[in-house]
This record gives sequence, C-alpha cells and structure tokens, in this order.
Amino acid sequence: MDILRIATAGSVDDGKSTLIGRLLYETNSITRDKIEALESASKRKGLDFLDLSLLTDGLIAEREQGITIDVANIYFSTPKRKYIIADTPGHFEYTRNMVTGASNTKVSMILVDARNGVLEQTFRHFFISSMLRIPKVIVCVNKMDLVGYSQERFNEIVTDFKRLADKVSFEGQEISFIPISSLYGQNITTQSEEITWYEGKPLLEELENIDIESMNVKLPARFPVQFVVRPKTEEFHDYRGYAGKISSGTFKTGDEITVLPTGQTSKIATIEKFGQKLQSAGAKESVVITLETDVDVSRGNMLVKTTSQLQPLKEIKARICWMDSQALTSGKNYILQHGINDSKSKIVSLNSKIDVVNQETSTEVSELKLNEIGEVTLKTAKPIFADKYEYNPSNGAFILVDEFSHSTVGVGFVL
Amino acid sequence: MGGSLLYILLPKAMSSLSDITKSKISSAKHGIFPRELEDEAIYIMREVVAQFEKPALLFSGGKDSITLVRLAQKAFYPGKIPFPLLHVDTGHNFPETIEFRDWLAKETGAELIVRYVQDSINQGKVKEETGKYASRNALQTVTLLDAIEEFKFDACIGGARRDEEKARAKERIFSVRDDFGQWDAKRQRPELFDMLNGRISIGENVRVFPISNWTELDVWNYIKEEEMAIPSIYYSHKRQVIERDGMLWADSEYLNKEADEIPFEETVRFRTVGDMTCTAAVQSEAVELDDIIGEILSAEISERGARIDDKRSEAAMEKRKQQGYF
Repeated sequence: MDILRIATAGSVDDGKSTLIGRLLYETNSITRDKIEALESASKRKGLDFLDLSLLTDGLIAEREQGITIDVANIYFSTPKRKYIIADTPGHFEYTRNMVTGASNTKVSMILVDARNGVLEQTFRHFFISSMLRIPKVIVCVNKMDLVGYSQERFNEIVTDFKRLADKVSFEGQEISFIPISSLYGQNITTQSEEITWYEGKPLLEELENIDIESMNVKLPARFPVQFVVRPKTEEFHDYRGYAGKISSGTFKTGDEITVLPTGQTSKIATIEKFGQKLQSAGAKESVVITLETDVDVSRGNMLVKTTSQLQPLKEIKARICWMDSQALTSGKNYILQHGINDSKSKIVSLNSKIDVVNQETSTEVSELKLNEIGEVTLKTAKPIFADKYEYNPSNGAFILVDEFSHSTVGVGFVL
Repeated sequence: MGGSLLYILLPKAMSSLSDITKSKISSAKHGIFPRELEDEAIYIMREVVAQFEKPALLFSGGKDSITLVRLAQKAFYPGKIPFPLLHVDTGHNFPETIEFRDWLAKETGAELIVRYVQDSINQGKVKEETGKYASRNALQTVTLLDAIEEFKFDACIGGARRDEEKARAKERIFSVRDDFGQWDAKRQRPELFDMLNGRISIGENVRVFPISNWTELDVWNYIKEEEMAIPSIYYSHKRQVIERDGMLWADSEYLNKEADEIPFEETVRFRTVGDMTCTAAVQSEAVELDDIIGEILSAEISERGARIDDKRSEAAMEKRKQQGYF
C-alpha cells in the first residue's frame, strides 16, 4: 500500500477544517464515540448541524481563538492508499508552518471561498507550493452552495487563478479545479447532485487517481550514510555496513559507487534490510549497504553512483524562507544541516528579497524577517553534497539552525 | 490464549514458530501495511543514536512500544539495540504485561531499566489519589522525569501516534522538552522534509516519536505482517469486570469499587494497555490478529475512547503533555 501526503491551505474561514472533517466522515474514518463527542460539542456551540471542523481544531489555544495555529497531521485510508494530510494555517503570520507542512507532500490542496474568489493569500499558497515543486495542485472552490452553485462564478475563479498561476507554475506541474461544498458534502467523495455542469471528478476520486510512481521520475542515486554498523560480535566479526535512507534514485548490487567527499570508489556488495538481501532498493528505503572493498566511510558521507556524480559545494546560492523572529542578516553564522550532514556556515551576502504577491524582486535588502523569502549566498566549512532543488528536490533542501538557541530558523533551497 | 506467549521472530529463530501461528500468516511481504512507514521509523531510530549521547526507549508493554522494540532491532541489525528500555512501573500494571516485558527484554538482549511509582510515593514526591477514580496514571510523570535525570537521558523514544488524540496530531517527531519535561505547542521547531534537528541545550531533552505517522490499524497490520508476539490481554479472554460509566473495568485489588459495583465475568479483550485502573476492556471474541483487525475496521469506539484518563476533560491530553507526560 502506498502513502499520499497532502498539504492543505486556505485563508481563515475558507472551511478547510470542515473539508478535512468531511473527508474523514465520508470515508468512515471517524468512530462512533468521536461523532457523539462532535454532536455534543456542536450543540454546545448552538449549531443545528455537525460542526466537522471541530474534529481537527485541536489545541486549547486554537479553540479560544477559533483558528488553526500549527501544522496538524490527519490520517485516513481507502482500500487503495493511506492518506496523510498536513493541515496548515492560512493566515499570514504562520507562513513558516505552511512551508513546513507542505515540505513532505506530493499534493497541495488549496481552498478558495467561492464568494471571495482568489485572494492574496491564495496566491501566496500557490507560490509556496510551486517553490516546493509540489507536482500536483488541486484548487477546491468551496462554499459553492453560497453562490447558488453557479458555473459562471466558478469559471471566473478558475480564470483568475490561472492568470496568477502562469507567473510561478513550473513545467510538469498539474493544476485541477473542483467546485465543492464541504458543509453539504458536494463533490467530496461522491459526484455532486447540485453541480451538474461539472464534468470532472469529485475530490477523493481525483486523489485516488494520482499516480505517485510516475512522480518519482528518474533521479540520480543518492545515499547519505547515517550510521556505520559494526557489531563486532563473534558472528559478524568483520562486518561493516552503512545504514541510511536512500534519498533519491535506485541502487543495485554490483553498482559502482563513489564516496563523497573522499572520491574513493568501490562496488556495492550487498543491500540489506534486517538480514534480508535485496537485489535493489529505491528512494525512501532504509537499508544497510556493504561494499566490496575497504574504503573510509563515516556518518555524513554520501554514496553516489559513479555514473551520476555530483560536485560537493562549499559556496551555495540558495533561496531561503525565514522562520525565526530574529531576522537573517548578512555576515551571520548558522549551522547548515543538509539531510543528515551538517556544517558551520556563514551568510556571505543577502542578494534579494521576493515580494511574493506582486512577484517583484528587490535587491536593496538588509535583512530577511520571519516569513520572508529571499536569495542568499552561503559559505560552508565542510563540503555539502546537495543537488539543485529544482533538479532533485529530495537532495536539494537544507535547514539553518541557530548556533545558540539550537532552533531551526530557516529552510533553504539550492539554486 | 491464557497467559501463553508467542515468540518474536528473528530470522534465526524462524524454526521456533508454531504451526498454528504460521497458518495465521499470509502474504507478509505484499501485505497492506505501508512499508514506507517502517523505513521512516528506522531512519528516525538511527538519527536518535547518531545525534544523542544517552537515548532510552520508553517501554510500556503496550503494542506501540513493542512495535518500537521491533523497529529498533531492525534499525541496528546485525548489531544489538544500542539503548536501554525504560519502564515506569506504576504497580498497577496487568501481570501479563510485566511477564511479557521481562520476556521481551531477554529475547532481544536489550537492557531493561525499571523505575517504580511506589518509590516516588514512598519518597513523598507524589501523593496517591483517592476516591473511586483513583489512578496512578498522572503520578508516573514524576517517576519518569526522575529517571531521566538519574540516567541523564537526553532522548526518550516513545510510541505516541498522531492519530490517537487531537493534541498529539500536532506533536513533532523530535519534540524538545525543558528541564521540567514541559511541552509548549507554540515553541515547537519546524520540521522540514525529513531533516531532524536534535540539538539541545543543557537541561533540555527530546522526546522522539518514530511511529508518529502510524495509525492504530497500521500498528496491527505491522504486528501481523511481522509475526510479532504481543501480551495475551490483547486477545479475547474471560475476566472479572465491573460496569462503570458505560465501560467495563477490570476488577483488581487496585480498583476502588463502590458497594453496588459487583464484579461479573465477561469475555473481553483490551484494545490499549495502560494501568488496570485506567484502561477499559471491550467485549470481544477476537482470538486472532485477523479478528482484532476486523474489529478495528468496523470500530464503534476509538482507541483512546477506552482510556479513562482521557475522559476526565476534553483537553485532558494536552494538559498532561504540558506537564511532561509522554
């Protein structure tokens, strides 16, 4: 069974929590005791319908403010696949959460209120989805019931959205539009009876039909070494295996590999999973690789196929999304963590800042504040084995960590 | 099932699998458990050992922590599990859980550390609750924090899952706690892609949740496909119970019964395993894993719906988390 990870986004009151609640409800993912709790909570709020948004609005602070303040992960499955929804907040102050929630996903679900149409926030979410190279975007035009299920209104919104999307979409990104009503369950899991003019699929069917395999197009083989396994027991006296999770591509036994940064070469002797020997292993698999010859490999090194090498970087140009209340400035030092490898780094220059909404880049910039996006040049103390994010997203991102607070303060995408 | 145990299957122990157990297993490698979840959990386990000096695995004897032990075995194979299992024994555990715990530690060769809530009570650090709902569930936080301090554990691996409860849906995989074990939902570090930042300051420690993205059903499917042993109380058995608040409570010397709460025999199993005083039983005829999975698929009641500790208030879990629980 495969897993499809989805990020949701929408402005406050777009009905995102209701939509997710609806998906859970209609896929029978909610148990009777939870529905009963929902009924009594809805009644307490003076509502005469099931407030499905209460299912996901978790924290005490949220209930007080009536908004979602952090990334929440929600799970449901169908006989075909398991779904993980990263429910991320829609208001401006929490852009960092949106990037966080969307960082692992293959699908971005953007909500638009049919009455309000495409807002600044809608575009911001689309921009982030594209910056993260999310291959599939589903625009749910919600609250269609409040515009009389009007086809004209829907088409207007589609046109508006496309006009904005043309500026930042990338080749191969797929965008689809679905008119829905979360409150009345229109076009969520079944074809709407109200929206007869819509010829596309309802939301769940759209999700079920996404071909995840085809999204993992041929990428170069990258294996960051996480851990050296040396049991030193009687039985495994000379055993030396390299444990890690393949970040992209496929490795086979017999493949010629190069160790970064040393440049030593060897051949893969075995690929193992808990003692079981595999012929090959692909992206996201946690395995142990043994090599035919003795080479010097330690944590933080990377094995790549000799046929698809990469150039270790010590000077990196990157796009940065800043996530800390203390601004990024040129000349500051941070720990750069790329996958499981890390190095001290210094911001050599802050080159530009992007005004997401107007798509304007300004080069007159002295700092990057919380939730701002810009471009920097960094220097690292040790070489980093990253690909360009655009080319290989799973090996092209890094985080910046504050040296003193140890917090994760920003995320970078190698240019 | 009685009190008998099935064996954990390491590749070399394959021959010890009974024929009955074998017949229960089908298509282990092409099952419906999403293998990506196992790969992710193993990756997290390995990061813990690489990034921390003194990790421990919080072992409760429940299916989630048993799953963690299995994942730890796999992550470091052919090496041994490189950290101890820490069990906070409330003194109110099911005897079957304790029996299983000791067997599992022996079977895997992992080091087992046990610390007792009774000791914290004797030291006057916590006070036993009174009344009919008295339980030691809240008390174990103090014993846990003391153990973390005693052994200087900097990372504690736990079996919490985000699908269990609303407050847990927002928990990170590496969750930084302060000196008092406190969790602050607003101060959480963003977790991007699969990059885990375990850097901490003195006094801080991290709770790690490798099976964050698993659901209850995923855990059961994994137990089945991996042919894992679990404590017998997860299967249907006859037991003396009382009925209270619409739930079945296991009768035991630790339960403060009222005069009209007369124990009677019922065929039950436990869907989640905590203390005898805070875990409700469900009526069940499930004698095999397939029966259990079938029950969950048609579930009438959620997993934590059988946890009396969560019922105390709607925000019960979040409040306990802020105080350092799990």
